[in-house]
Amino acid sequence: MGKRTAAGAVAGPPTVRETVLDNGLTVLVRELHTAPLASVWCWYKVGSKDEGPGLTGVSHWVEHMNFKGTRNIPRDQVKGLIEQFGGTWNGYTWIDQTAYIETASIDALDRMLFIEAERMDACLYDPADCESERTVIISELQGGENDPEERLDQEVTATAYKTHPYRHPTIGWLGDLQSMTRDDLYGHYRRFYIPNNATLVVVGDVDTDETLRRIDHHFGRISAGAAPPRVTTVEPPQAVERRVVLRRPGTTAYWRAVFHAPAVTDPAFLPLLFVDAILNGASGLNIWNGHGVPVPQRSARLYRALVDRGLASSVSGALLPTEHPYLYTVASTVADGQTLAAVEDVMLAELARIARDGVTEAECTKVRAQLRARFVYDGDGVTDIAHQLGFFQTIAGWRLYHDLQARLPQVTVDEVSAAAARYLRPDNRTIGWVEPAGAGGAVPAA
Amino acid sequence: MPLSPHRHILPNGLTLIVQENRATPAVSAVISIAAGAVDDPPGREGTAALAARVIDRGSTGLDAAAIADILDARGAALSVSAGRHRLAAACTCLAEDIDEVLVLAARVVITPEFPEHEVVTRRAELVTDLREAEDDPASVAVDRMMAALYEGHPYGRSPHGHVASVERIDAAALRAFHAATFAPAGAAIVLVGDLDAARVVEVVERAFGAWRASARPVLPVPPSPPPGERRLIAVPMMDKAQTDVAYGLTGLARSDPDHDAAWVMNNALGQYAIGGRLGDSIRERQGMAYYVYSRLDATIGAGPLYVRAGVSAANVERTLASIDDEISTVAREGITTRELDESKRYLIGSLPRRLETNAGIAAFLMEAEVFGLGLDYDQVLPGRIAAVTAGDVRAVAARLLDPAHATIVVAGPWAGTAAAGAAS
Repeated sequence: MGKRTAAGAVAGPPTVRETVLDNGLTVLVRELHTAPLASVWCWYKVGSKDEGPGLTGVSHWVEHMNFKGTRNIPRDQVKGLIEQFGGTWNGYTWIDQTAYIETASIDALDRMLFIEAERMDACLYDPADCESERTVIISELQGGENDPEERLDQEVTATAYKTHPYRHPTIGWLGDLQSMTRDDLYGHYRRFYIPNNATLVVVGDVDTDETLRRIDHHFGRISAGAAPPRVTTVEPPQAVERRVVLRRPGTTAYWRAVFHAPAVTDPAFLPLLFVDAILNGASGLNIWNGHGVPVPQRSARLYRALVDRGLASSVSGALLPTEHPYLYTVASTVADGQTLAAVEDVMLAELARIARDGVTEAECTKVRAQLRARFVYDGDGVTDIAHQLGFFQTIAGWRLYHDLQARLPQVTVDEVSAAAARYLRPDNRTIGWVEPAGAGGAVPAA
Repeated sequence: MPLSPHRHILPNGLTLIVQENRATPAVSAVISIAAGAVDDPPGREGTAALAARVIDRGSTGLDAAAIADILDARGAALSVSAGRHRLAAACTCLAEDIDEVLVLAARVVITPEFPEHEVVTRRAELVTDLREAEDDPASVAVDRMMAALYEGHPYGRSPHGHVASVERIDAAALRAFHAATFAPAGAAIVLVGDLDAARVVEVVERAFGAWRASARPVLPVPPSPPPGERRLIAVPMMDKAQTDVAYGLTGLARSDPDHDAAWVMNNALGQYAIGGRLGDSIRERQGMAYYVYSRLDATIGAGPLYVRAGVSAANVERTLASIDDEISTVAREGITTRELDESKRYLIGSLPRRLETNAGIAAFLMEAEVFGLGLDYDQVLPGRIAAVTAGDVRAVAARLLDPAHATIVVAGPWAGTAAAGAAS
């Protein structure tokens, strides 16, 4: 249809200017003149895995505090700084990273850079604001607890890991949120919010040289800090299947299994991504993706085995790109009137089958096409493009995202089959059930 | 950059809108049909919702597996959803696949078969979703609020149905629903992406041109006067960690002359930055909630203007008092000049972001088509927002915002006060 670059080809690596300032700040700029917008993301290599005992949830709480005004942005002027330019802003904390984003009209570029520079070294941590935010965060935690699948995810993750700090949830454990102090928050902020632990990404209708000058103006004055401590814990290999069962009032049963999986830099990562796509349809590598293009899963193995047969109302898989080895998740909602045991029987039989018999060339061809499309959908718009650059920079280097895309044609049936056999072993998995006990839910309306 | 959509009406009455956008080698397509939950037969609430789940599970000569294979082999996504008034089939695919995807979409929309076994399987999925929603305080709060605020009105009927009503829907009911509501006149297709407008018109004409069907007349939405009194309904879910509040008022229709003023007013009340005035009070100053916001659901008829918040049970009364206070203040005084300017600048300034991606442009053009806002709505919208005055906002606030007519549902570990009506 119409003009295209090379028809159907995977896009070549984008033109990204990578610079490191004297203070260690990594800067990635990509010009994209399709809309009069710019997206600025500031990334820190600090996530929930970097939290010590008693401080679970501190990274996320710090993220919240970093929207509360700075030495040069009074508290009451935070509101509207970006909205005046029609923009949106946000932040998130995950296991390996914390990220802040503004996307707005190009006129706001300097404003966005100023905000991120302020956030890096001038946040206030007013004790009253810390206390007020404590209850906001506990409210966020309790909202999550209302969701049985989220509780199951926490329990299964905490069971799958014995030592590695990926075991605790990003939101933190309630006891830590109740006892943490303002100084704990501020200390964490000072330790990790330094230019040599950060990546600034700018994508949009910008001029690279001018943007780099403005970045130097705003960030060049910030001093480097001592290199932050890094997690060195290596999770011991799992040798036995583990199980958790949550019996709680509710209406619906949920099944989940997690398998220890390779880090994003491991050569087995991409083959295992193919395994997931064959089981569940390709969901891509953008955990932010605002567009929400549904996963093409109706011809996938687990969907046909479980959902089409009426045992489950949904099934999904997730292999997330992470710095250290994380988990491959398969999750399913048991259909009303069906049983956890029936879902588990079919699920485990399918997982055993792919581990034993491998995959076919036709399946690899299909999911390769799905992943190729997914890379296109996941790069629609300045915000998502900038997200992918920064996200990968915090776990492995931004080029890896494009390398993975370029390697799609080379992944072989044997590699995919080998990944299934290596990771989808019974002794590598933790299985979790939510088993509704007794009456749950609201009384149905008349 | 202003949009430059092409609008074309096929001889059978189907409207086609095409916007070229070469930013990525992909296409977003939305097909919108004038068939929604308002068309659900009495006692069979959830018919449109179930039709959306089954419609792409079989068409003449293609079973569900064959349809899935065609889409999945291309990494194309097709998702069908039913709203109150319209059913939408949204497709995302690579540009090279748009012809095949459109041909398939036409078969799905025009000649669905609703196979018996598929109806049984997808009905059980919908029932599972309904059962999950019964255990979710946020869903419970909104559903009960809508049922009470719009008692006796089509908007008071759940668009997803109830377990009992859904279990009464069979294949014959879905086929009857399709026959009664699906027709090219009143339907619209929006295509946005890396495509050639002239050529894609031909593809759509080939795929949809033979569609001959007429639908029963669309009934006007009855008026929805505000309830005569304030109601507070507690739905105790004592095993939950947090309560969800849904605080509903009757809003206005998208075509109401006061719509744009209400849009600006709602932005200041419960949207701007983190939740406008409501967010300032309940989240920022009082630290009671992770989320609090208001939403204006202006559609064909007067949908609700409602506030949502998730708070600890201990803070329910204080939250309701704060919402009452903010709403009363805006009703009495309107918003400040600064708030007016900020919200207007935001709504105008955010337009380029809304129109950045294929999916964003498609949603915008479809909204303009469905509500008759004009093919140049992206160009007239800034002027319409800019023209809203403080007096307009004050007038619409006085018209819509009145705590004395609020319908409030609190779902979660809160058993209510003496003033709260018992839920049953």
